[in-house]
Amino acid sequence: MPALDELDQEFTKAWADPEFVAEYHRLLAEFVGRETPLTHLARLSEVTGYHVCAKREDLNHTGAHKINNALGQALLAKRMGKKRIIAETGAGQHGVATATVCALFGLECDVYMGEEDTVRQRLNVFRMQLMGARVIPVTSGTRTLKDALNEAMRDWVSNVRTTHYIIGTAAGPHPYPHMVREFHRVIGEETRRQYLERYQTLPDYGIACIGGGSNAIGFFYGFLNDPSVKLVGVEAGGEGVATGHHAAPLTAGSPGVLHGSYSYMMQDADGQVVPTHSISAGLDYPGVGAEHSYLKDQGRVQYEAADDAEVLKAFTDLSRLEGIIPAFETAHAFVPLFHPGRFEPGSRIVVNLSGRGDKDMERAAQLLNLGAD
Amino acid sequence: MKRLEEMFANLRDKQEKALISFVTAGDPALDQLLPILNTLADAGTDAIEIGLPFSDPIADGPTIQASSQRALDRGVTTQAVLEAIQGFNRVPLILMGYLNPMMRMGLPTFAQSAKNAGASATIVCDMIPEEGADWFADSREAGLDNVLLAAPTSTSERLLQVVNHAQGFIYAVSRTGVTGSGNQEAPEFVSLVERLRRMTDLPICVGFGIREPQDVRDVCQVADGAVVGSFLVDLIHRDWKNGEGSARIHDAVAALKAATRA
Repeated sequence: MPALDELDQEFTKAWADPEFVAEYHRLLAEFVGRETPLTHLARLSEVTGYHVCAKREDLNHTGAHKINNALGQALLAKRMGKKRIIAETGAGQHGVATATVCALFGLECDVYMGEEDTVRQRLNVFRMQLMGARVIPVTSGTRTLKDALNEAMRDWVSNVRTTHYIIGTAAGPHPYPHMVREFHRVIGEETRRQYLERYQTLPDYGIACIGGGSNAIGFFYGFLNDPSVKLVGVEAGGEGVATGHHAAPLTAGSPGVLHGSYSYMMQDADGQVVPTHSISAGLDYPGVGAEHSYLKDQGRVQYEAADDAEVLKAFTDLSRLEGIIPAFETAHAFVPLFHPGRFEPGSRIVVNLSGRGDKDMERAAQLLNLGAD
Repeated sequence: MKRLEEMFANLRDKQEKALISFVTAGDPALDQLLPILNTLADAGTDAIEIGLPFSDPIADGPTIQASSQRALDRGVTTQAVLEAIQGFNRVPLILMGYLNPMMRMGLPTFAQSAKNAGASATIVCDMIPEEGADWFADSREAGLDNVLLAAPTSTSERLLQVVNHAQGFIYAVSRTGVTGSGNQEAPEFVSLVERLRRMTDLPICVGFGIREPQDVRDVCQVADGAVVGSFLVDLIHRDWKNGEGSARIHDAVAALKAATRA
């Protein structure tokens, strides 16, 4: 697609332009609130027998890492003279981040969201609308993230001359996975520097949750050249990988072509994409960024899955032990810490705390019977 | 002479343009596919595109996606479609689908099976020519034509790739967007066809959003044929009830075909 070629060229030029990069970093500092802290999780460390730190992407403006990419792409759209932005969203975090930067730059914003997700994550729908975005419920297919992506792509090919499509994850056609990684690299680079400054050593493990894989690739990228740092990606195990009801293409899928890229995906014997299941709308995606597939095949990153019940427990434990309520997506990354013997005792571990859990409170209240009698 | 080449040569002799009809295989049920193909052939369609159902058809609009999903809900598979078209040879068949199910079967196996089933050509909607070397080799080996898509937004470099690799004809997308997008914006497809004419002698057919005989006439002013997709899928979904309603479908297609003779 010529639009993709154009985007590739424009991104490459912008990313090599010191003025563009400086403006991006200025806004990351002044608007987003970077750099985000690296927090030692003392009580969780005591309980698990590891030395655990969290990279606090939940403290970014809008509550997740997603804004790093939304900001970068919106700046790029402005530079390309596009007046309208579209996005797809699952949990709504990317939609909120996109609506936010569109308000910041005065750009028109339409967000495609699976109808099922508009219910699961309705607080984020309200936030997007409040900031002037239009939320378009998607009723085709399985009414979740992949269908929102399909609809956004259709919109984009129909309106490509005026519109920039901000894909929220590290999947989709080139140059998106590359561009999204570049805008999230700041996560891993900050973490590595902060860790070295504070502890004069590198961690033994880095852990991140993976749906399409944007927070994970940004986080991992900072450590790819440090062979002593073992990297772990945690996918959505849903009702359990063995049940087939999950969203774990790297753990239990096979290679195929979805949304313009060749990567691991969830498919049946006929090559049809199969429906995914996860407690977290943001990980409910049958594909994954191609770079993660590469890192899996290289053996550089170990990928595993956490099922919904384990995730809910990690969500509760982190809240009670540390006073940090993570997003359901993020809670996946903490699950391996609770698997006895998963890491050597005393291991130094950094978890990317990619987002906060405010958006999940309604669902959590249902599942955990919260509320006064 | 290959089947599509022969078809366009015959049409040229008769001073007609091509009407190409699109149907989704398996919507309605797969056992209705042959009667539908026969109805379309009776009505004078020159070739038929058979849509292979896919769960995530991103180049298609809501009509064809819904149709594709209905077929999948009935359990239709690529293999079953290839079996269902076996033996139909009244007009050339063009299989239109997405890469993943074909890769799942294995590209060489799919190409050979498609040829054995009687298909003359394929259109792989989500395969770009730059990444197509394997498939081009496999389909050439099997003797299938490769129809490629060209869009009004395509750059000259892309159009060059398309004309270098396309066989049978070039499918010019009448406007930017997805299938079934509605009203024609004449200047877009006219200038696209003109750009392609300067680069190739291959026939050029225009599709996406063609519904009325007048649309077909407009397209046939400049192109070698018109492709009718979403309109026909809608019509079949509404009117085809185990063969009943075939007269309405026949008449609609015959009217579209008549417009290619103007």
